[in-house]
Amino acid sequence: MEKERVLSIRDLAISFKTSNGIVNAIRGVRLDLFRGETIAIVGESGSGKSVTVKAIMGILSGNGFVNDGSIIFNYTDENGEKVSQDLLKLSNREMQHKICGKHIAMVFQDPMTSLNPTMTIGKQIMEGMMYHYKVSKAEAYKKAVELLEEVGITDPEKRMKNYPHQLSGGMRQRVVIAIALACDPDILICDEPTTALDVTIQAKILELIKEIQAKKNISVIYITHDLGVVAKVADYVAVMYAGKIIEKGSVDEIFYDPRHPYTWGLLSSMPDVNTNEEVLYTIPGTPPNLLNKVEGDAFAVRNEYALNIDFRLEPPMFNVGGKHRVSSWLLHEDAPKVEMPLTLRHRIDNMLKEDE
Amino acid sequence: MEERTPLLEVKDLKQHFKVNKKYSVKAVDGISFVIYPGETYGLVGESGSGKSTTGRSIIRLYEPTSGTITFEGVDISGKLSQHQVKHLRTKMQMIFQDPMACLNPRKKVIDIIAEGLDIHHLCKDEKEREEKVYKILELVGLSHEHAMRYPHQFSGGQRQRIGIARALIMDPELIIADEAISALDVSIQAQVVNLMKEIQKQTNTAYLFIAHDLSMVKYISDRIGVLHLGHLVETGTTEEIFNNPIHPYTKSLLSAIPHANPHVEKKRIALAYDYATSGIDYNLGTQHYLGGEHYVLATDEELETWSKKAEI
Repeated sequence: MEKERVLSIRDLAISFKTSNGIVNAIRGVRLDLFRGETIAIVGESGSGKSVTVKAIMGILSGNGFVNDGSIIFNYTDENGEKVSQDLLKLSNREMQHKICGKHIAMVFQDPMTSLNPTMTIGKQIMEGMMYHYKVSKAEAYKKAVELLEEVGITDPEKRMKNYPHQLSGGMRQRVVIAIALACDPDILICDEPTTALDVTIQAKILELIKEIQAKKNISVIYITHDLGVVAKVADYVAVMYAGKIIEKGSVDEIFYDPRHPYTWGLLSSMPDVNTNEEVLYTIPGTPPNLLNKVEGDAFAVRNEYALNIDFRLEPPMFNVGGKHRVSSWLLHEDAPKVEMPLTLRHRIDNMLKEDE
Repeated sequence: MEERTPLLEVKDLKQHFKVNKKYSVKAVDGISFVIYPGETYGLVGESGSGKSTTGRSIIRLYEPTSGTITFEGVDISGKLSQHQVKHLRTKMQMIFQDPMACLNPRKKVIDIIAEGLDIHHLCKDEKEREEKVYKILELVGLSHEHAMRYPHQFSGGQRQRIGIARALIMDPELIIADEAISALDVSIQAQVVNLMKEIQKQTNTAYLFIAHDLSMVKYISDRIGVLHLGHLVETGTTEEIFNNPIHPYTKSLLSAIPHANPHVEKKRIALAYDYATSGIDYNLGTQHYLGGEHYVLATDEELETWSKKAEI
């Protein structure tokens, strides 16, 4: 059966005008999202993960502008007609009226700042439904109570009258998820949904999102820098570096057969609970400043495996089988064979063994 | 093994905050632990468990309700004389969570780092001050030209290095790192943790490392204390806590760490622990000794059922 493509981003390029000059934050991103699947975008701060999803939602900050590319969103409108729309061509007003909150919803990092402190949570959940679907207050109330129950809040009717400050951090994030789900979106974007939460609550929230996703068959985009979270939730992974996707593939391909040196570094620098290494691996150097023009491969200066060509020419995406795409000259047929570091090899072998 | 003299000894520390006449919040409710010179003690627990309060009480940002804190053989829990305050403020330092919020944005890095020296008049002249700052900057992996910049010109990881440098310049015996790496990126976290370990090797400073991320705590700590609702529910060496957790709260914390192994992680479901429904009353429990340095807070019956489960 052909999978239904919900979102396809092509050659997206975004820049920001700052007082220091123009920052090319996104430099050609290509990404596909299918119905019911989860894609996780990983990368350091400043790699462009958040900017990418903000472009999808049409909430780029005022100094940002899209240079190139398209974001095609396929959905079924109220009349049951299939629509294929380039989100970048819509005006702000149209975006807000038709797409945001209704078809694409977002869960932000900090639940305290994304909730309105002066409104009861019940009102905040009902707001979206009443705006987008023009349902009556009574109907919206009923659905809001159901939603609260669905996200695991006990005694939902009583909680409807609570204000955000009366809830704990985990509960607040559950409310934010309930708000996001209120209009039955096709895509749920989670921007570091658990970074501000405790580990125990993090696990519960992730399991909740997974459960709801399976039940409603929605697609989820995760943004995170925690690879443990990625392992838990994602079907596909896209690794971003300096505004480009440098490696993408299924979660198995990325975790058990990484090809890009940056992905090696990311995987190695993660603390491993099962081993007793003395020193954590760190990727040398710092991410490039995107104010400057990037020549060749942006990662080359931090890459101990860098080839001469890396400093001159930007590598294309090489297809290494399956869904796995890697942007590194190391995979060119003429490049010297380079194996991943030994410690990482051992770690992956151990991970595979653990599974058996 | 020879008997080590503890650098810091916390005994039955209680920190209550009065909300109104009838009600007070028991943020920390009777915890005891020791830190030896040159070691790292990790304090973990969820938000609201009293980790930060413990750190702040020790460095005396709060007035402890009861209990004693002994630092280098001196009781620092009561009213402090001027001399004691001076001793405490130089020998015990703190690194804060948010590196942007804890650095004065209107001061140059050199002045931020040297502030402690200035207050305690530890430098004879401008030149000595400068030299000291440069030496510390080098230690934390920054260069001389960084000294004349302002905090906003640095990245998050570099700012945290400045925070560490500021703590180190007083040549302290104990550094309290309150969630020092939580606000940083994963790859930067690793850099800072490595740096802190490296510095410990060179200067033999002890750390009280407060965090909620157990995987990082494991890397840096020699011993770990698990805090929940103001009670120290389990404490022991890192191996003891990770290999043989007894208390159900510790178990749930450990199970909540995400593993970067998709095959395993997809199937795993974190253990839930709810104090209200578990039927455990921390006030009834006493510290039970389990061998090594391993203690757990439990009543006799609870300990029996938990250890049975551990065997299965």
